[in-house]
Amino acid sequence: MRRWVPIIAFGLSLFAASGWTQERRPEVTVEDPFIELHTGPGRGYPIFYVAERGEKIAVLRRRTDWFQIEVPRGERGWVHIEQIARTLDMEGEPLDVPGFSIDDYTQRRWEVGVQYGDFGGANVISAFGGYGLTENLQFELWIGQALGRFSDSEIVHLNISHLMFPDKRVTPLFTLGAGTINTSPKATLVSTTDRRDSMAVAGLGVRAYVTRRFVFRADYKAYVVFTSRNDNEEVREWKAGFSFFF
Amino acid sequence: MESRFLVLFLIALLATSLGACSRQRAVPASASGQPPVIEPEVERREIEPARIDTEDFEVGIYAGQLSVEDFGVNTVAGAHFTYHVSEGFFVDVSGGQTDTERTSFERLSGAAQLLTDSQRDYSYYNVSLGYNILPGESFIGRNRAFNTSLYLIGGVGKTDFAGDDRFTLNIGVGLRLMPLDWLAVHADVRDYIYDIDLLGQEKTSHNLEARIGVSFFF
Repeated sequence: MRRWVPIIAFGLSLFAASGWTQERRPEVTVEDPFIELHTGPGRGYPIFYVAERGEKIAVLRRRTDWFQIEVPRGERGWVHIEQIARTLDMEGEPLDVPGFSIDDYTQRRWEVGVQYGDFGGANVISAFGGYGLTENLQFELWIGQALGRFSDSEIVHLNISHLMFPDKRVTPLFTLGAGTINTSPKATLVSTTDRRDSMAVAGLGVRAYVTRRFVFRADYKAYVVFTSRNDNEEVREWKAGFSFFF
Repeated sequence: MESRFLVLFLIALLATSLGACSRQRAVPASASGQPPVIEPEVERREIEPARIDTEDFEVGIYAGQLSVEDFGVNTVAGAHFTYHVSEGFFVDVSGGQTDTERTSFERLSGAAQLLTDSQRDYSYYNVSLGYNILPGESFIGRNRAFNTSLYLIGGVGKTDFAGDDRFTLNIGVGLRLMPLDWLAVHADVRDYIYDIDLLGQEKTSHNLEARIGVSFFF
């Protein structure tokens, strides 16, 4: 029971925190000659209201680059980040809204992503989580599932990635790691037993910052599977996908 | 364990009491100096950017009908998790489950069984990229307008059916209707495409799904 107490307390504090944020809606003052309220969070939605300079507006929520606001008359609409960033806060300072820029990207710590590609002739779907140890080095955990004609494999490995130019929009990278591979033959084949082998992996890749939290990444990896047979097995893998940083 | 907590507690108590002592000593020291001419009583009301509730994530459940080629049309249920990257693009992870019927062949022949009961369970997951291609509004009655969006979606995933995992492509189209700012109703049609060699010869199978769901932005 005792071990649940901190968890419950933490949950309650989160609940309280969420209640708090709902109560206190940030208010800003329009500084531009006017700002445009769209009916929805997208540039295709029509403008239905205009708030003038000096009007106080409450910011209710944010969705991607759009902010839902309420004007004193009670109208609610969505304003683009470009216009919200030119409003003034209570202190009369320009509102500091976190956008996403190349700087956020170079200062990231966490990254999660998915990739799809070819693992020695089989289709492979992978997911990974990464943590930036230094600017150049990233520690990554990969989980993959290869689905082939004759067998399926589950691939788990840890690796270190070295980013050549971490402060650039596009950077090559090198990876080195180790893990395990679990192979099970298809049920329609004459049944052979499942195998579990350890493996080493080396690779190179490229990553490119696209927009907001969005990163493109492609990897080429060479696996050496240490089988229980006389020969080691070598598998080549091509993958491309996207990731998000936090 | 208990004693360790006690020690930690005592250290914490000591630290706070020492802090309090040093502060008490500090007060007379400052009081002995000249009193400040102006007592600034500025009420600071800064708003932190983090206070603005960001709702880029969406989580939801759905139910519908999935037509599994040769194995009948079956009720499917699932859940999805979506991250909205921009006003246009979103990334979606979905998973669903259904039980399949017997094939016409199995029914007519009577005794022949192609699959065991556990092999009849059909489950899938997929990772897809979607794009809101037609954002707009729908008008219901005279005074009500709901934001809607028609989106195209496609991706890769896995289907576990007939004793094997099958690599699966999916493509589809969906409509998102927002009755409230944080609540969405979805209507989706998806096609799940995979190769199956269950009946002797490998063939590409198309499995159509029609579903309705509800989701929450947070």
